[in-house]
Amino acid sequence: MPQTETLSSSVPLRDEASTPVHGKEKPVDLTRQNGAAFLFLSPWIVGFLVLTLGPIVASAYLSFTHYDLFNAPVWAGFDNYRRMFMEDGRYYAALRVTFTYVFLSVPLKLAFALAVALMLNRGLAGLGIYRAVYYLPSLLGGSVAIAIMWREIFSYDGIINRFLLMFGIDGPSWISSPRYALYTLVALAIWQFGSPMVIFLAGLKQIPQELYDAAAVDGAGAWRKFVSVTLPMLTPIIFFNFVMQLIGSFQAFTPSFIVSKGTGGPADSTLFYTLYLYEQGFTNFQMGYASAMAWVLVGIIATATAVAFLSARYWVHYGDER
Amino acid sequence: MTTQSTHIPLIRSRRILVHIALSAGAFVMLYPLLWLTSSSLKPSNRIFTDTGLWVSDPQIQNYVDGWNGAALPFSVFFINSFVIAGLAVVGNLLACSLVAYAFARLNFAFKRTLFAMMMVTIMLPLHATLIPQYILFFNLGWVNTILPLVVPKFLAVDAFFIFLMIQFIRGIPRELDEAAMIDGAGPFRIYWSVILPLMTPALVTTAVFTFIWTYEDFLSPLVFLTSMENYTVPQGLRLFQASTGVSAYGPMFAMSLLSLVPLLVVFLVFQRRLINGIATTGLRG
Repeated sequence: MPQTETLSSSVPLRDEASTPVHGKEKPVDLTRQNGAAFLFLSPWIVGFLVLTLGPIVASAYLSFTHYDLFNAPVWAGFDNYRRMFMEDGRYYAALRVTFTYVFLSVPLKLAFALAVALMLNRGLAGLGIYRAVYYLPSLLGGSVAIAIMWREIFSYDGIINRFLLMFGIDGPSWISSPRYALYTLVALAIWQFGSPMVIFLAGLKQIPQELYDAAAVDGAGAWRKFVSVTLPMLTPIIFFNFVMQLIGSFQAFTPSFIVSKGTGGPADSTLFYTLYLYEQGFTNFQMGYASAMAWVLVGIIATATAVAFLSARYWVHYGDER
Repeated sequence: MTTQSTHIPLIRSRRILVHIALSAGAFVMLYPLLWLTSSSLKPSNRIFTDTGLWVSDPQIQNYVDGWNGAALPFSVFFINSFVIAGLAVVGNLLACSLVAYAFARLNFAFKRTLFAMMMVTIMLPLHATLIPQYILFFNLGWVNTILPLVVPKFLAVDAFFIFLMIQFIRGIPRELDEAAMIDGAGPFRIYWSVILPLMTPALVTTAVFTFIWTYEDFLSPLVFLTSMENYTVPQGLRLFQASTGVSAYGPMFAMSLLSLVPLLVVFLVFQRRLINGIATTGLRG
């Protein structure tokens, strides 16, 4: 069928001069390119089949088996899922930890990002320097070095407690307290508010000045302008940042791995979902169970994203309809 | 406009207040890094007792000890990291630009379906494919080589960059392609001599982010590189955690800071590109 298209589009090309109707039509033959196109696409097609689609299908299958990598997978029906939801207390710990982390770190991170972006969006001198400094932690934050440093900052004789001591507060060892350890990781996530901040800044620059002028004419003060102009105009960016951070936070791994020295401790209080998945898959070689966990994680992320998209129609303002 | 002049002192003092708040915030943001730097220059036994940032007698002993602190010197880990990150950059640049060119400029069967599939993979969590990929690479005998970390980049698995490049190529006037076509250039010639040179900004963005992500990545090396001579820098740092002992703090901090240096250099050189890349495309930093 591409053959016929080729004919029809190459015929008018011949007598281009006599046909004035080629305005939007591309004057050159763009259709007979399957061979070339698939040559260009071949790396991605191989990668997609072998490294994405194949593994997805395989992990769906493996999630219904017991598999230790060295012996053939044994069909187990829903046993992995049953175990996950009915028997495995640590799985619930991992869910609780992950959801707590996501629900605390995402809104707080975005709040900081927006607040600082608003402060920076006043045409101040030195904007570039401030933006660079605030952005830097989010560039470095995912690294092991930062996680190692974070662990020591929140240790018993770390700088946080040194600081608290100035106010006469004898802080606990944050890292080794099951009550507080997770919050140190939330703090680490918030510290990296730089990249959503940069996106907010770009969004703020897109808001037309006329809207503020009109609001000023109507007698709006700073707060009113923020609530009635800035915030609604920024909702698409807030939404974008929210979805990206949501997806990213569910997959956080390095901070909990390093800060808890690979254990998710103390008392599973920092056992991120991905950390438990890693442990089951690559320490215990329960690849079937880990595959089932991976599928549930994909389901959780897909659901959270879908809910975010469904909610968007109620609070995200697109375009200029207002 | 007469009111404006009376407002100026107020605005100016508010401006100063904003500057003070922003500088204080900037200091808090940088404090952990400054503390890390200062600690790396102190003897281990003073790190937690003498918490001031200023070091009157900086010592590089921690760097010497840290470099040779693990069973293998850190040069091994740095070389491994740079080889992997370098190959990942080359792979992403080549593979993603080829694929992006096809999507942006060529017509082919199932284009829409393939494009949609490519976009879906951007959202797909890494963990969905990690275990079967491990099994695949294990059976190929690739575990504990750099191949599982590098080959996927040559197969354009980082679909985000394909999308970034497609968007960029769409901004290049088609007249340039057509002129080359009239001169008898085929698709590959156009890709190589017309599009590729013109998409340098997108290529630089891709290279910078690929380098940062690959260099920082911990999960993939942890899974795929099992013997110490193949470790990357993040895995090398973890060795300090494994071999505990208070005396290791200084060297551990020194190597931690050193491991950040390549990222800091990239940041200083490509700061504008990084920030624009994030601002315009929403790349995660």
